[in-house]
Amino acid sequence: MTDPTFNPADDSLIPTTPAVSGDVMAPVGALPGAVSGTFEQGTQVEGTLEAGLDLKVRSQWSYARMRFFRHRLALIGLVGLIVIFGAGVFANYVAPYSYEEINLGHLQFLAPPSSAHPFGTDSLGRDELSRVIWGIRTSMEVGVFVAVVSTIVGLVIGAIAGFFGGWLDNLLMRVTDLVLTLPLLAVLLTASALLGQGNQWRVSMILVFFFWTGIARVVRGIYLSLREKEYVEAAKACGAGDSRLMFRHILPNTMGPIVVNATLAVGTAILVEAALSFLGFGIKPPTPSLGTLVNDARTNPEAWWLTVFPGLTIVAIVLCVNFVGDGLRDALDPTQRRMRA
Amino acid sequence: MLTYIARRILYSIPVLFLSTFLSFIFVSYAGNPTALLRQNPRIPPSTIQHLIHQEYLDKPVVLRYFYWLHSVFTDKLGKSLVTLQPIWPQITRTMGHTAQFIIISEVLALVLGVAVGIYSAIRQYSVFDYLFTSVSFLGFAMPTFWLALLLQIGFTDIYLHWNVRIFYTSGLNSLPGGPTWSLDRLQHLALPIMTLCIISFALYSRYMRASMLDVINSDYVRTARAKGVAEWRVIMRHVFRNALIPITTVAALNFGALLGGAIVTETVFSLDGIGYWFVQALGALDLYEVMAYLLITAIAVVVFNLIADILYGFLDPRIRYD
Amino acid sequence: MPEPILSIQDLAVEFKTEDGIVHAVDGISYELYPGETLGIVGESGSGKSVSTLALLGLIPLPPGRIVSGTAMFKGRDLLALRKRDLRRVRGNEVAMVFQDPMTSLNPVLTVGFQLGEAIKTHYPHEKDAVVKERVIELLKLVGVPNAETRYSQYPHEFSGGMRQRAMIAMSITNSPSLLIADEPTTALDVTIQAQVLEVLKRVQKETEAATILITHDLGIVAEMCDRVLVMYAGHIVESGDVETIFRAPRHPYTIGLMDSLPKLTEDEEWLRPIPGSPPSLIDVPPGCPFHPRCFLSGGRERCRTELPALVAIDGTPHAAACHFSEELVGYKSKFSQAEVA
Repeated sequence: MTDPTFNPADDSLIPTTPAVSGDVMAPVGALPGAVSGTFEQGTQVEGTLEAGLDLKVRSQWSYARMRFFRHRLALIGLVGLIVIFGAGVFANYVAPYSYEEINLGHLQFLAPPSSAHPFGTDSLGRDELSRVIWGIRTSMEVGVFVAVVSTIVGLVIGAIAGFFGGWLDNLLMRVTDLVLTLPLLAVLLTASALLGQGNQWRVSMILVFFFWTGIARVVRGIYLSLREKEYVEAAKACGAGDSRLMFRHILPNTMGPIVVNATLAVGTAILVEAALSFLGFGIKPPTPSLGTLVNDARTNPEAWWLTVFPGLTIVAIVLCVNFVGDGLRDALDPTQRRMRA
Repeated sequence: MLTYIARRILYSIPVLFLSTFLSFIFVSYAGNPTALLRQNPRIPPSTIQHLIHQEYLDKPVVLRYFYWLHSVFTDKLGKSLVTLQPIWPQITRTMGHTAQFIIISEVLALVLGVAVGIYSAIRQYSVFDYLFTSVSFLGFAMPTFWLALLLQIGFTDIYLHWNVRIFYTSGLNSLPGGPTWSLDRLQHLALPIMTLCIISFALYSRYMRASMLDVINSDYVRTARAKGVAEWRVIMRHVFRNALIPITTVAALNFGALLGGAIVTETVFSLDGIGYWFVQALGALDLYEVMAYLLITAIAVVVFNLIADILYGFLDPRIRYD
Repeated sequence: MPEPILSIQDLAVEFKTEDGIVHAVDGISYELYPGETLGIVGESGSGKSVSTLALLGLIPLPPGRIVSGTAMFKGRDLLALRKRDLRRVRGNEVAMVFQDPMTSLNPVLTVGFQLGEAIKTHYPHEKDAVVKERVIELLKLVGVPNAETRYSQYPHEFSGGMRQRAMIAMSITNSPSLLIADEPTTALDVTIQAQVLEVLKRVQKETEAATILITHDLGIVAEMCDRVLVMYAGHIVESGDVETIFRAPRHPYTIGLMDSLPKLTEDEEWLRPIPGSPPSLIDVPPGCPFHPRCFLSGGRERCRTELPALVAIDGTPHAAACHFSEELVGYKSKFSQAEVA
């Protein structure tokens, strides 16, 4: 029960302009979760959680998850990706024919879309739908591989550069500058042409070689800015070593931008690989590729289905990836100005 | 300001140096320049030997780099190894064509992108905004080559079905060697320009919109309103100029992608541009032509970034270079 | 009693957010008399800034909405004015100084231009030379050294204190009758704070404007204000002249605020913050918004169910919104013996 004659203050002389800045008032509202307190006079405040003071503390991740699922487009993108990538992963079961298969018993060259062949057939009578599905699988492999590996590489290099600074940072940044000096496609074309094309893994490795710079830049920026923050200094004062600081303290702060970047990288990688394959310097048959499919269609422009469907698939994949990436960006960094769709 | 420019140029020289050096080493090891020549039965081995000797192909790679560098300055990039034709005239010819349609499409994309971005931001969440946001998202997801193909097929179809030729779908002019500035040329370039423009437009309109929204909600805009400044003047004088600043950076970063887009577009529309030339050279593993392209484009990127930086400093007094 | 220059009745402002409707200002009424300085004190989220932004129509109206209220200023309701008329009032009869001078000035325009803009907006036919002269004069008045050179400089070339002086100069260019200063010194160092407050005082004397001074710093209130309103969770919980409120507050929140200031003259073992956190403004529970944290309430029924009205105490100008305010009679704050200037 409260003491009605509560009188916590003593009389004291306070100068008219207190030397203590009024910021003392600021922490008043900032006591997290402290619900009940005891005044010195032994007065107990009955701090009960009333309806208005609902302090449900949620973890960082569940907040992020909540925000993500509120983003309609991100959900659409996610569903789309599951469907499309699902088709790719289970291509053997989903595709009615294989990539190269020619249905000799029922030859139809350049047939427009029909119930038997929803995406039509190409000049050799191959089912376009199946070819597209197999192409999805390849694109998926390239996209995910490039995103994951370049993220890891970029993360390590960016962290080292940003954390240690000095000449190491300078050196690494000059290297990334170098890579960025030349236009991406031109360089990749050159690399592809000379290193040999062929299957998706070689092409992916080449892509990784240039994609890591983007992530490295972002990570470096974060490390550079956080390195000076007080909590890092505090941790250092407690005796934390460099690697602990790097991984335990700063790294979690990079997760948000990294996840977003990596997601968007999947889309970019797929687009670039398609361009390379289209020009003939990327993935070579018999490995399927959506870019190659579009290129093959050039000889028969009147068979519009051969151009439209593979390209549309690329657009669909990248669109879904971008939606998901947008949603992730929203979820993981709500302070950032939203580029709302 | 001048010292800044001078410093930047000086600084980019070693970078160019290093990147061309690495490219040269890389390209040399990966491709055998005489392979194609050897395959040609009409060229006697003695000619090939003579060529090797003349072009120092039997010397170590590093040395060859410097020979190449020498030829860059003295012999205007030298001669192609495969066709034995001088490279420089090819570059000037093709670069002119590429520059023509790249510049037009970039200017168009910037003007339209900025305008649409501004209006989208002012009328946020309106039908206009949603429409163009969708366009932007599509633009991001669309491969350049596919868009080019669609336009090509579409307009070819129109011609075939209705016998009306609105835009040409291949080549630079109806007759080779035609005039650079003519209705005919424009009709030929219309579709390539449209392709590149749409892709870049998506980027610029999006960033402009985001930048506008950022600025519209900033404190100094609130101050301007609190002073009683009319809304349209707030937008034009306070918001617009600040919002434009990040666009210079975006445009600079986009330049590399633009060159890549040019390669693809020229291939689809069979334009005699530097991108198409490069792809051919690559196919023939023509070392010197490939190096020439890489050098020219690297210089272009450096120059373009420099211009963008200067423009940035012009727009934003906080970053004045001295 | 002279006529009030500003009379606010039942002002309520809400914001629509993803999580629900935030009731930022929940029905406040007060009056401001010519020439006086009224302080509005409260923590972040108490609604103090929003209530004044509403007066000038500076609240973005899509998420925000003025639910109710009138604001009579010189015979006109500011909240009902047409855009065109409101623009004539802004920067002319009613001016505002904002909190962060770094972000409140346009970085790409010179300071001189921005101050000149304040004049030219309302007096478009004034010659440029005349305007420039007046601006330099104002800069000198607020104590900006080298005013002539400073005129053509950009905000980033000014120090924090100078920028705020320039902002103050900008607000008085047209001799407003009402000046609103929203936490003008919060973003500044303590020593600069004192200087800027001096400038503010000088400016008030020059223009004889009525001033609303918003702050969370009790020290500033003591220094600068004649009367003060204490706000909490969108309500005014106590109002009156500074002397009375400082010496004998009659609301538990006010007491808590003053109590949370550390004493300079004695050793205190523990600081005494107000326990708990400010309530959510979205699901506002019935009853007094402060009761969960109130030492006086003790969980009494009336506090939990009935919203206390702002009631004058014994017919004096001192008013408090507490059901059990009488129980605080005789309470003397730590300032009761001090000279409140």
